[in-house]
Amino acid sequence: MNVDLRFPLGLLFLVFGVMLTLFGLFTDQATYERSLFINVNLWWGLAMLIFGGLMFFFAWKKIQAKKR
Amino acid sequence: MQSSNELRWIDYLIILIYFIFVLGIGFVLKRFVKTSADFLLSGRSIPAWIAGLAFLSANLGAQEVIGMAASGAKYGIATSHFYWLGAIPAMVFVGIFMMPFYYGSKAKSVPDYLSLRYDEKTRAFNAFSFAGMTMMSSGISMYAMALLLQTIHIFDAPFRTLGLPNSWVFHVSIICSAVIVLGYIYLGGLTSAIYNEVIQFFLIVAGFFPLVFLGLVNVGGWSGLTQKLPAAYTHAWHGMDNPQHNLLGVDWFGLVMGLGFVLSFGYWCTDFLVIQRAMAADSMASARRVPLIASVPKMLFPFLVILPGLIALALTSPVQQNSAASGQPNQSPQAAEVQSVQQGMIPPQRNPETGEIVKDESGKAVLDYNMVIPNMLLHYFPSGMLGLGLTALLASFMSGMAGNVTAFNTVWTYDIFKAYIKRDATDANLLVVGQLATFFGVAFSVGVAYFVAAFNNIMDVLQLVFAFVNAPLFATFLLGMFWKRATGHGAFFGLISGTVAAAVHHGLTISAGSTPGVKGAWIATAHIYPSQMAQNFYTAIYAWTVCLLATIVISLVTKPRPEEELKGLVYALTEKAHETGGRWFLRPVPVGIGVLLLTLILNLIFR
Repeated sequence: MNVDLRFPLGLLFLVFGVMLTLFGLFTDQATYERSLFINVNLWWGLAMLIFGGLMFFFAWKKIQAKKR
Repeated sequence: MQSSNELRWIDYLIILIYFIFVLGIGFVLKRFVKTSADFLLSGRSIPAWIAGLAFLSANLGAQEVIGMAASGAKYGIATSHFYWLGAIPAMVFVGIFMMPFYYGSKAKSVPDYLSLRYDEKTRAFNAFSFAGMTMMSSGISMYAMALLLQTIHIFDAPFRTLGLPNSWVFHVSIICSAVIVLGYIYLGGLTSAIYNEVIQFFLIVAGFFPLVFLGLVNVGGWSGLTQKLPAAYTHAWHGMDNPQHNLLGVDWFGLVMGLGFVLSFGYWCTDFLVIQRAMAADSMASARRVPLIASVPKMLFPFLVILPGLIALALTSPVQQNSAASGQPNQSPQAAEVQSVQQGMIPPQRNPETGEIVKDESGKAVLDYNMVIPNMLLHYFPSGMLGLGLTALLASFMSGMAGNVTAFNTVWTYDIFKAYIKRDATDANLLVVGQLATFFGVAFSVGVAYFVAAFNNIMDVLQLVFAFVNAPLFATFLLGMFWKRATGHGAFFGLISGTVAAAVHHGLTISAGSTPGVKGAWIATAHIYPSQMAQNFYTAIYAWTVCLLATIVISLVTKPRPEEELKGLVYALTEKAHETGGRWFLRPVPVGIGVLLLTLILNLIFR
């Protein structure tokens, strides 16, 4: 295969994850009235961060395995 | 809408990053496109899991996402029949039984298979009708999406700053989506479309999962939903013995035979838009796994796209609660009327020109169910997540459109240009033709979008014609793959008679409460169905049956093709794929059985 899809996929989720997490950290609680006072930006941002990181990690591991 | 629904910088940034990313994938994949097969068939190099998710995603257009939530609010959990009955069995069938012929025959497309199995006229009929329909569907979905984005008024602010009227949201939506989809397909071809579809799949999940989560928390989970809604909304098989007893207005035979067999198998087993993803797989084993991999998320998607409809219905809008508490003395009568007809979060439909509420024949306001998803996004998501949710919506829109465009350019290049315009075309010619077809296909879709916008009723007529052409298709493929005696004349005239049968059946029947015309009975009224859905299902059943019988009869009186020529194209004359080695979860048959069992269990839980 030419390009491992997990790289771009992981990258996009990492970028969105970082953005949402930071935005969630720096917004006040009043923003979250509509989301039932759950800071969805923070929590879902972290979840996306983890998913993106895992995708990236597995794609990287495969390249390392190929090099050996 | 309140000013709190204006988008903030982070929302615009998320959408912008996504657009740049999508085009970036096209640029990265550009250097791998050297032949027409790279551009149009991904060089048959896609791993099974990627092709599988793309298989699912290409079907997951915005109309599907918006439409399923709308149906969820209209018909309740019975909408899941469109997944559990109307998709899963067919996806298992195409993977196990049909993929060996599509992939094994080395056909480049579904019409190409028809030319190998039957003859040129059958291919031509399928190729031309398919090419036309894909571009028109792409235009229709472009129109629907642009209209939706204009209606939710969320992108108004930047246009206001520029001094442009609200109608520019529509134009910019169409131009942007056309340019981006054209861009990434033109650059990277089918591979680019498939890669983006997989990313779109994950984005749709990422955008909708928190929405369903928040909604469910708000209404008190599934048990809260069952308490708030009538039983018919939360039981998929409620009252299926009699069309008067269920929300769909169909009987179980029409449902199982019409939706579960004819329509479902007709789409998932013959529509090149989805089959193309499986045909791009890197091996026969992968190709057979593609629809099976897709069927697992497909099985769970009702929870993502139908539940929002149910939640929206169960919610009493906060506006309504406020007005009840304070009495709202300063409210305009118009606003009061909106609240009284509003059902949960579903607003009434408005006439786009006069702004008046649309009413049906009995004087009741018609609800705009398509607003379920946008309203839910605006209701629950704060800035940040709202950007992600809108990105998911845009992603679903682009994946559906890209599916149509890549299917079109392949059929145009191989089944129309190479087959009928320039038979001796070199591969370099075909690559250029494929790229040009991408460009003109998108341009044509834009034209269709504006045409539909100008003549709104034309959309119903077009979709009706699509239904007539598609309904009989599965009979042709079933006989082609499993009955070696079926002939080209039989297939061609069978298809024509099936299509005519669909039109005649539609012209002779109508659903209760509709006026003759585009809704049916344009010849005479011979039968009245309890609902439009029942009429659609039975139209498909009649078309399929007529096509099947006509193909059999005509085949028996025409000369069969020598068996030598049919090797690899028909079940009886093809060596069986023995995939007994390997672990069970890599083999199609055990996986298929597992998927069907799980689907059965889901049906039992939500019966």
